Amino acid sequence: MNESIHHTLSIAKREWRSYFDSPVAYVFIIIFLMLMGFFTFSLAQFFEAGQADLRGFFVWHPWLYMILVPAVTMRLWAEERRSGTIELLFTISATPLQALLGKFFAAWLFMLLALALTFTVPLTASYLGSPDTGTIIAGYFGSALLAGAYIAVGMFTSALTRNQVISFILAVVIGLFLILAGYPPVTNLLSHWAPLWMINGIAAFSFMPHYETMQRGVIDLRDIAYFASVIFFMLFATQVVLKNKVGR
Amino acid sequence: MIIAKNLIKDFGRRRAVDNVSFEVKKGTVLGFLGPNGAGKTTTLRMIAGFLPPSSGSVTVKGVDVAKDPVAAQKNMGYMPETTPLYEDMSVYSFLRFVAEIRGFSGIERDKRVDHVLEQCFLQSVQHQGIDTLSKGYRQRTCLAQTLLHNPDILLLDEPTEGLDPNQKQVVRNMIQNMAEERVIMLSTHVLEEVEAICTRAIIISNGIIVADDTPVGLKKRSSRYNVVTLNADGKNIEKTLEKIDTVEKTETMDDGRILVFPKIGESIAAEVLSTAQKNKWTLKDLKVDDGRLDDVFRQITITEDINKKDVA
Repeated sequence: MNESIHHTLSIAKREWRSYFDSPVAYVFIIIFLMLMGFFTFSLAQFFEAGQADLRGFFVWHPWLYMILVPAVTMRLWAEERRSGTIELLFTISATPLQALLGKFFAAWLFMLLALALTFTVPLTASYLGSPDTGTIIAGYFGSALLAGAYIAVGMFTSALTRNQVISFILAVVIGLFLILAGYPPVTNLLSHWAPLWMINGIAAFSFMPHYETMQRGVIDLRDIAYFASVIFFMLFATQVVLKNKVGR
Repeated sequence: MIIAKNLIKDFGRRRAVDNVSFEVKKGTVLGFLGPNGAGKTTTLRMIAGFLPPSSGSVTVKGVDVAKDPVAAQKNMGYMPETTPLYEDMSVYSFLRFVAEIRGFSGIERDKRVDHVLEQCFLQSVQHQGIDTLSKGYRQRTCLAQTLLHNPDILLLDEPTEGLDPNQKQVVRNMIQNMAEERVIMLSTHVLEEVEAICTRAIIISNGIIVADDTPVGLKKRSSRYNVVTLNADGKNIEKTLEKIDTVEKTETMDDGRILVFPKIGESIAAEVLSTAQKNKWTLKDLKVDDGRLDDVFRQITITEDINKKDVA
């Protein structure tokens, strides 16, 4: 047990360092912050709205994550498989579970760092007015969970292929589905032929209702359970893929 | 220390390794030979616990590799054929990472990293990025990685592939220095390497073991084994020699030298020499061939191919 944690930490550390040893981390963080600022201040008309809340900020996170998180996760396994280092990793007595947990935590921590660097947005809001701190914290908490879910999805698609581009596109498509599954135009489209229980079932997969309750400042155990189960399921699926695919 | 029993590996409909069984004892340097695509890498991967066998088993120091790969890997160091390394790391941080996974931390970890850096002559490049290394250094970095936990078993997949002759010699010396008290299993298609460092050789072809012997034993199977090459002046040399009971035939080469082939299992050098003296031939040169590995290799693996085709 102790050894597993040790392995997971070593792998997470290596992964974390590899983000910062290449320009990837810096390019990513700068683009992420720039887009965040653009969406919040220009598109959502933060200043013009005259309200000291961060709805116009958080509402963009699912879309931004949809595009940017796969860029962080696409190489996690695809690169290991393409370069063959996966053969090294799995013959120095590290297990797939330890490796995928290590990679997951490194990527998640990286996204949390990027998210934390948006602190200027709530600062601006508090400078201009008096936003509800609880709602902001709940909003960040929800966004952090959302990022975790996207990373788990991206890691899964990265394990499926040794091609990073395919991994990226698959992750974006799954991410899009998870955003849109509960969206009325999509459910209406399905309602022509699908039974109601199926539509509700598909809609229940969506990130959005769970994310939105947290934007309103409500932290519900069911929403946490939802994100936790998405992450858990995707990590489990990744492990199954790794166990079946390694070496081929 | 390694026991492979009836190993089989299928990739789809293709059988890459077919019923391979062998046992390797301590102190052995086992050369694993075969043409490309014979199943060497697949077999090594199964021993290393990277690929599960389709059927059969590998036991390493009593641990079934497929059942508990992590426990088995603690006794093994494995160098994959493609020498995969994390390109974005330096040699030093890469080795430190592997040492951590191998369960070392703090001073012990640094000591072990320093030790293998020295052992593999990597000190001069230890802070260099792996993506900037030449092939020889990459190879040695990957070899260094296998030594960090001082394992009893080393599995090296083509450790000298792509090196220049000097680097090859360096790696071979390293392997020989490590051979005692260990099992080293290396795959190669360089036959001189097997002669130089291996105490045992297994030849595999189309996934089947076709020979398992010492390098000397293998050479004895050569059609040139104990063939005497004679360079002499005299009368009726061929005819006289062919009269000897143990001589199968003679052949005269373009430059006048005569090849004398013994009957199977016979040694004819002494006989040829005394015949030469009796007949007062002027001997310029006499050589006894001790067999050629590449000959044997070709004999074995090519007939194997032909047999396979006949069956199909």
